Amino acid sequence: MSEIISDLNTIDKESIRIAKKYKQKNKNAAGSKEGTFTKIAFISISLIFVVLMLVVPLISVVINSLKLGLAFYIESITTEYVISAIRITLLATVIAVIVNTFFGIVASWAITRFNFKGKQILTTLIDIPFSVSPVIAGLSYIMTFGRMGWATPILDTINEALGTDIQIAFAVPGVVLATIFVTFPFVSRELIPVLNAVGTDEEQAAALMGAGGLTIFRRITFPHIKWALLYGIILCTARALGEFGAVNALSKTRGGTFTLPLEIDALYLSGSADSITASFAVSSILVIISVIVLILRNIVEYKVKK
Amino acid sequence: MKRQNLLKTATSLVLTTSVIGSLLTGCGSSSSKTSDSTENAVDTTEETESQGTDASAETSEADTTDSATEDTEASSSEQTGTLTLTNVSYDPTRELYQQYNEAFAAYYKDKTGQDVEIVQSHGGSGGQARSVVEGADADVVTLALAHDITLIEEAGLIDEGWLDEFDRNSSPYTSTIVFLVRKGNEKDIKDWDDLVKEGVEVITPDPKSSGGACWNFLAAWHYADLKYNGDEEQIKAFESALYDNVIVMDSGARGATTTFVENGQGDVLIAWENEAIATVTEYPDEYEIISPSISILAEPSVAIVDENAQKDGVTDLAKEYIEYLYSEEAQRIIGENGYRPSDEEILAEYADKFDLDIELTTIDEFGGWDQAYEDFFKDGAIFDEIYNN
Amino acid sequence: MAKRTKTLELHIKKGKRVIPGFGLTLGITIAMVSVLILIPLASVLVYSLSLSGEEFWQIITSANVLYAFGTSILCSFIAAVINCIFGVILAWTLVRYDFPGKRILDGLIELPFALPTAVAGITLSKLYSNKGAIGSFLDKFGIAVSYTHIGLTIALIFIGIPFVVRAIQPVLEKFDSQYEEAAYSLGASKRTTFIRVTLPELRPAMLTGFGLAFARGIGEYGSVIYISGNSEKKHTQVVSYVIMQKLNYLDYSAATAIALVMLIISFIVLLFINIVQIRQSQRTNNV
Repeated sequence: MSEIISDLNTIDKESIRIAKKYKQKNKNAAGSKEGTFTKIAFISISLIFVVLMLVVPLISVVINSLKLGLAFYIESITTEYVISAIRITLLATVIAVIVNTFFGIVASWAITRFNFKGKQILTTLIDIPFSVSPVIAGLSYIMTFGRMGWATPILDTINEALGTDIQIAFAVPGVVLATIFVTFPFVSRELIPVLNAVGTDEEQAAALMGAGGLTIFRRITFPHIKWALLYGIILCTARALGEFGAVNALSKTRGGTFTLPLEIDALYLSGSADSITASFAVSSILVIISVIVLILRNIVEYKVKK
Repeated sequence: MKRQNLLKTATSLVLTTSVIGSLLTGCGSSSSKTSDSTENAVDTTEETESQGTDASAETSEADTTDSATEDTEASSSEQTGTLTLTNVSYDPTRELYQQYNEAFAAYYKDKTGQDVEIVQSHGGSGGQARSVVEGADADVVTLALAHDITLIEEAGLIDEGWLDEFDRNSSPYTSTIVFLVRKGNEKDIKDWDDLVKEGVEVITPDPKSSGGACWNFLAAWHYADLKYNGDEEQIKAFESALYDNVIVMDSGARGATTTFVENGQGDVLIAWENEAIATVTEYPDEYEIISPSISILAEPSVAIVDENAQKDGVTDLAKEYIEYLYSEEAQRIIGENGYRPSDEEILAEYADKFDLDIELTTIDEFGGWDQAYEDFFKDGAIFDEIYNN
Repeated sequence: MAKRTKTLELHIKKGKRVIPGFGLTLGITIAMVSVLILIPLASVLVYSLSLSGEEFWQIITSANVLYAFGTSILCSFIAAVINCIFGVILAWTLVRYDFPGKRILDGLIELPFALPTAVAGITLSKLYSNKGAIGSFLDKFGIAVSYTHIGLTIALIFIGIPFVVRAIQPVLEKFDSQYEEAAYSLGASKRTTFIRVTLPELRPAMLTGFGLAFARGIGEYGSVIYISGNSEKKHTQVVSYVIMQKLNYLDYSAATAIALVMLIISFIVLLFINIVQIRQSQRTNNV
């Protein structure tokens, strides 16, 4: 067993060495005239696109949020409602990311490592949450766990038997479930193309040498998918933070089950110019949280690449 | 090999299901834990409703997570002297109920020595009604249309006859439809006639999406009805011309206000009087209100959600809560917030705020809301007909 | 090595699965998909069954519903195509080049997700309206964006771009440049190399990104309703909006009927993309 591992280790190191060599060469190649031109063109197109599509809206949010000064900004992001919303948002996001990361790894393994009937259908079923209108996503949990839901009597029975008082619709678990629903495919969707591109040769070889599933995953598969996994988690986090439609259907109490996007909506819709500014201020919290997530990602990326 | 795989598949199926189950349970218990701890916060907060966003925020959580055991919740909190009441309302009433809840809590404390927390929920009126039908825990509903409350009644949550349970069709306040124009009124808009003129850009929400927007349509209909002596073809042509001038049709009243005020679209916004008053108060130099000669009396309705209130043990409190809306103090709060008090004497005090000369028709002229919906707004009914021609 | 591959092939031919974990992973996958996705969805779509076939057909084929489907599909498609083009450029730039501000650029990609859709919608509609910062400029050329199909498509590009970039980026990061190197050394130009060598490798990831952006676009609600103007006449209503119209009058059966059709359409589109993708990956793996 240890032999295999050391074997794999050497293979790994070898490939890293080769990769590094090529990277070096690649950089040299990029230094050519043609390369410089494409490089500048690509970078400028990217910049223009990002500025027009993403930066301008962001700036407009920031300007709007600071319209009434910094004091007002701080005041409006520290109300009890907002703090409660931050708590619920983070709770839902963390649980959704954990569940979906677990699911993503397991599902992408099953889908890319084996051939079975109905594979395409399963893959497509996983993608469904993307295309379901968020309105329907929220409604589907209500129709399962709400007043008219078929699971409500079952839940009541369980509650009675265990002496608990679990509520799902219009309570925090419902918010968490809706968040899981909308971000469900993110991680697996990132992993599948990478695993497909990598192919299964190495894993099959390892398996034939007698390595166990977990060892194969840790030693061979994981190094291949780590970036994709990271992107998947980041996407999942960002989307979970910002989800509105599905959660909106399941969450009705401000300060109780409201997440940040709902709080932003509530502030915006209360109509006065002050609260519109406040709603943009609260939006900026979401932007700040996602910036923090991205900084964390950069740290991880830097450490690993080093 | 295959059988083994099947077995494995089956076990893992069971496994995951239980993992997900326990996850949810964990979720539920963790949230009820937080509500436990926050209940202490409520207890220690001496303030009742006043600026206690803190307290109301926290109890609302306890409220939603534990609505099944609301009884024990209520009784346990009775010892500490706090009752919780949930009021599900619609968007523009936020400020109104914020003020009213403070006043009511003070009044109730004075009268009975009991502390009350009122949890508010706001949103589009139709959507709010739907959430109550779907199981949101509301003890009291205060919605924009009687029809929305009827929907809850049909679901069996509100007892029949709620409309007569409180004074004036259970409408402690009313409102109407007016025009909001940009300062200076460049297009010289004075009445419904001016909205169908060429080049006038109108903003009004989609009646097929927002119940409130139907009033705009009906008010215009009533005007045309009088103008053309009930000639339906001409009335339809009038409505058709009006909706031809609509440049943006938002999904709700709030979105329409945003489009008009924030995005600077259109010359005139057909708006609720209370919202128009709020906008003009906020931007006195930028907008003005134009009262048409004829409009419609909108009666936002209130009701106790009998089933929930009973379950929560707050029926009496809910009744008191609504009845106090008719008190002098509450009627003044209502007037201050741009709604027309139902008490005529107090309404007269606000004569400078509301144009009391507008001739107002009521929904009864259209045979009640349900009939109006059938006749005008259902798929293929009059609205579709005039809009698509 | 050759021997090992041979035994491997033998194993595969016998239908034995060499890599462990098939039953476990597939079981967990199916269980989670069923519990979290299929069962809840089924319990809402059941409402559409209360309609008779004729009623169902009538709702689905009414003019505004058909137009809404057309608008949603067409705009999502265009947005996804545009996203694919810019997604490749962006991912390429982020992976292959070093330049100041690269990390910031990289970080901005997820922004559309972090902004709640409603905020995005409101902000975009303001920016692109004829009184807004970008819209007033475009207005000079007679281009109206807000409250038209263009605005709708821009909102969909906005929410879809992270999908495409983040689908392509990891593949590019992993992409072995030795093929490119080989192509260069054989005298191929950069462009030829890109088209003949790199692009085919990226195609599965592009398809994934395209599929996701497209699927997300079809179901989108929050960011679209503020910028589209929801005009039945100009056909700028999207499917989600029509569903919401029905729900606001508590017409569950009509709402779910439309949702069901929408689900079927996107299922077919996604299935098609997945089949293409899986076929392609099998082909490249077997070479």
